[in-house]
Amino acid sequence: MKQIILETNNLTKTFGALMAVNNFSIEFTKGIVHAIIGPNGAGKTTLLNLLAGELAPTSGSISFKYRDITHAQPDTISQLGLGRSYQKTNIFPQFTCYQNCWIGAQSRLNTSMRFFRPAAKLIDVKERTEKALEMVNLSHQSGTIASAISYGEQRQLEIATMLATEPELLLLDEPLAGMGAEEAQNVIELLLELAKNQTLILIEHDMDAVFAVADRLTVMVNGSELETGTVDEIRNSQAVQEAYLGEEGF
Amino acid sequence: MLNITRPLKLFLLILLLLVAISPLIASGFYIGLMTKMMIVAIFAMSLDLLVGFTGLISLGHAAFFGIGAYCLAGFFSQADHYTIWIALPVSMGGAALAALVIGWISIRTTGVYFLMITLAFSQMFYFFFFESKHFNGDDGVFMNTKPEIFLGSFQLLDLNHEISFFYFVLGLLVAVFLLLVMILKAPFGQVITSICANDQRVRALGYAIQRYKLVSFVIGGAIAGLAGFLEAAHTGFITPSFLSWHESGLILVIIILGGIGTLYGPIFGAFALVLLEDLLPELTDNWKLMLGVIIIMVVLFLPNGISSMGKKLIDRLKPKPITEPGSSKKTTVS
Amino acid sequence: MEPSFYFIQLLNGIQYGFLLFLVASGLTLVFGIMDVINLAHGSFYMLGAYLAYWLSGVFGSLFLGILLAIPLAVMLGWVVEKVAITHLYKRGHLDQVLLTYGLILIFDELQIILWGNDSHGVEVPSILSGSIPLTDIQVYPVYRLVVSLVCIMIAFCMYFIINNTKLGMTIRAGASNREMAQALGIDIQRLFSIVFSLGVALAAFSGMIAAPIDSLYPGMGENILIISLVVVVIGGIGSVKGAFVGAMIIGVSSIYGKVLFPDMASIVVYAMMAAILLWKPKGLFQAT
Repeated sequence: MKQIILETNNLTKTFGALMAVNNFSIEFTKGIVHAIIGPNGAGKTTLLNLLAGELAPTSGSISFKYRDITHAQPDTISQLGLGRSYQKTNIFPQFTCYQNCWIGAQSRLNTSMRFFRPAAKLIDVKERTEKALEMVNLSHQSGTIASAISYGEQRQLEIATMLATEPELLLLDEPLAGMGAEEAQNVIELLLELAKNQTLILIEHDMDAVFAVADRLTVMVNGSELETGTVDEIRNSQAVQEAYLGEEGF
Repeated sequence: MLNITRPLKLFLLILLLLVAISPLIASGFYIGLMTKMMIVAIFAMSLDLLVGFTGLISLGHAAFFGIGAYCLAGFFSQADHYTIWIALPVSMGGAALAALVIGWISIRTTGVYFLMITLAFSQMFYFFFFESKHFNGDDGVFMNTKPEIFLGSFQLLDLNHEISFFYFVLGLLVAVFLLLVMILKAPFGQVITSICANDQRVRALGYAIQRYKLVSFVIGGAIAGLAGFLEAAHTGFITPSFLSWHESGLILVIIILGGIGTLYGPIFGAFALVLLEDLLPELTDNWKLMLGVIIIMVVLFLPNGISSMGKKLIDRLKPKPITEPGSSKKTTVS
Repeated sequence: MEPSFYFIQLLNGIQYGFLLFLVASGLTLVFGIMDVINLAHGSFYMLGAYLAYWLSGVFGSLFLGILLAIPLAVMLGWVVEKVAITHLYKRGHLDQVLLTYGLILIFDELQIILWGNDSHGVEVPSILSGSIPLTDIQVYPVYRLVVSLVCIMIAFCMYFIINNTKLGMTIRAGASNREMAQALGIDIQRLFSIVFSLGVALAAFSGMIAAPIDSLYPGMGENILIISLVVVVIGGIGSVKGAFVGAMIIGVSSIYGKVLFPDMASIVVYAMMAAILLWKPKGLFQAT
């Protein structure tokens, strides 16, 4: 039984004369991995920013779990169960890895407006933090300052911080960006593991990763949806091949 | 994150003891000077909460200092007797209310806009008191008497004695310090420290960051109001200059010199600057020039303030911590 | 009060607005392009005023005084930039506030050392000391009109330079996206020096021509600085057009505030700022 977890309806975002996202309508099914691919400048990151609430749409609507979030703020959307990671690593460099994940984990308290007892005593937050670090295999770097770990580990930390918020739906913006083969493999395995219990929407350029992980693909060109389908359907699609002529990957 | 290591705790404790016994050896003038240092230290810590821990760089913090002072002046200047159990909450409450209003408007803005709007609001209040006939404008208000501290019919402290006032302020300094340490270790503190580091990320992780910033702003304003109350009670004379932007600038200078985001740095900065302001004029009439030069030197050569100098010394003394793999005992949320 | 009284206040407001514009435009450019908060900007206004006072006293003529004061002011600005400001480009706003606050202390003390604690006045040159009749009873000082005219000319020159010359294009590029401008090969250091000197010159010149209208007194730099900051914030950082509009709004409302609410005149400016920022938190215009 297919459940729609996130859908957009004629979602449009213009910046002056530039139409970054153009009447984009799509349904994301719960429980699968949905990848969005397309040439640079296609509007993928803009789309993600719209879904996460960091950009306000020019027109159209977005709903998450059948609830309208078109004009919702990022914090509200996060509390509803949507987590996102960034293309440009967006961690807290001067905090330890543990502290990075902690702030994600603490967000699930019913309120952080608590002033008296030390945060360190919150067992459930502690457990969420440790679990998040473990999921990305960064437990051994728990006490290390985030700026001191490798780039690949920082990307993993980025994901861990988001995981600490225990999201149902993960929006991942190029999680493999800039990674070497071994690190990339680690992340692919992580994504497969996460896909077991959560819905993933990811933007990626690394086609090996996309094929290994994705259930459905959407190809985005010039702010519009070119085609959506299974991996094989997209691979064999004439329209997609034409759009991608000259692009590496296929 | 707030990080007070064991050697530092020891150092601070020793300093506290030294300060605590100083009235027994020092003359009346120095006791008064040290009282002033401690009052400025409280003021400084309240700004450090905003600047160093929340990332709200305010150039109008003196407004709350002054409002705390003027609350005392406004309600109690003519009184023959009044109790601190009412006067103090009134002052802090007035300052907190002003911080709520100013904060609610200002926190929509960020960066330099925030800097300037806080400056402008404090100027607004400055001119309000300057031009107000009710408060005697530039001539200022004199307090008839100091607040009384009674429990039932038993007098706890007689603030008319310089030494009693000294210990009163010392007690409050320690209390404010411990209060802020507590808040910073609590979940609230975790959030604002993270906001200071990367506020957009904190928002994306599910926090209503404006609310947290506002609460921090109000707490900072209330504590500044406490400092203003103490200064008014101490000197017995309140003028609009309490709210001048020179004061706002100077308190910012103090916490930067002392080292922002440390909580103890501003205390050192306050002591240093009040001392400088007292000693320099004896060297030369144009001491402000020297102060300006000193400030510029510190900015250029000591970018992390005085406490970074001290920290480097302390770091050399203490043993290096071991970061063992998987050793989550070491990784406390400090 | 008759309408001509309010008209005169309007003229005064506009003239004050022009002076504010000169000071604020330098501030907004320095901030917009160099991302430097320079609290000592008001000190240059004060410097201009005192230079004009001193040199017009020496030479007996305000015109000559101003003519000589301008290059002197620009030179001093250049020195300050090379010695102090240049270190601030890579530093955060906090360090900039701190250092320029130190500069204010130094300049203020220097002023007191050189010219003492009293107020001083500068005389309006005799050619311009007359008045123009507006109605049968009301007259308006010629000097104030001349000041406004001079400012209009400067404003037009600035408009022309910024919109129609290569330098202006470079300035606009730097104001809207400094890194991109650098990536495109623009010599940022030279641009900074030019912009800073321009800002100093404008602020000092404003101080010079304002000298006969307002008196000179210790701390006058800070007063104009704070109002200019309000103008910049209202107008939008980095936007000269915004500085102009902001200056006019503040200039006129400030003068009318003194007339309509004499007890609470100063508050009007800040209340206005709060209202505008509530509506547009980033000011009225963006840097173009």
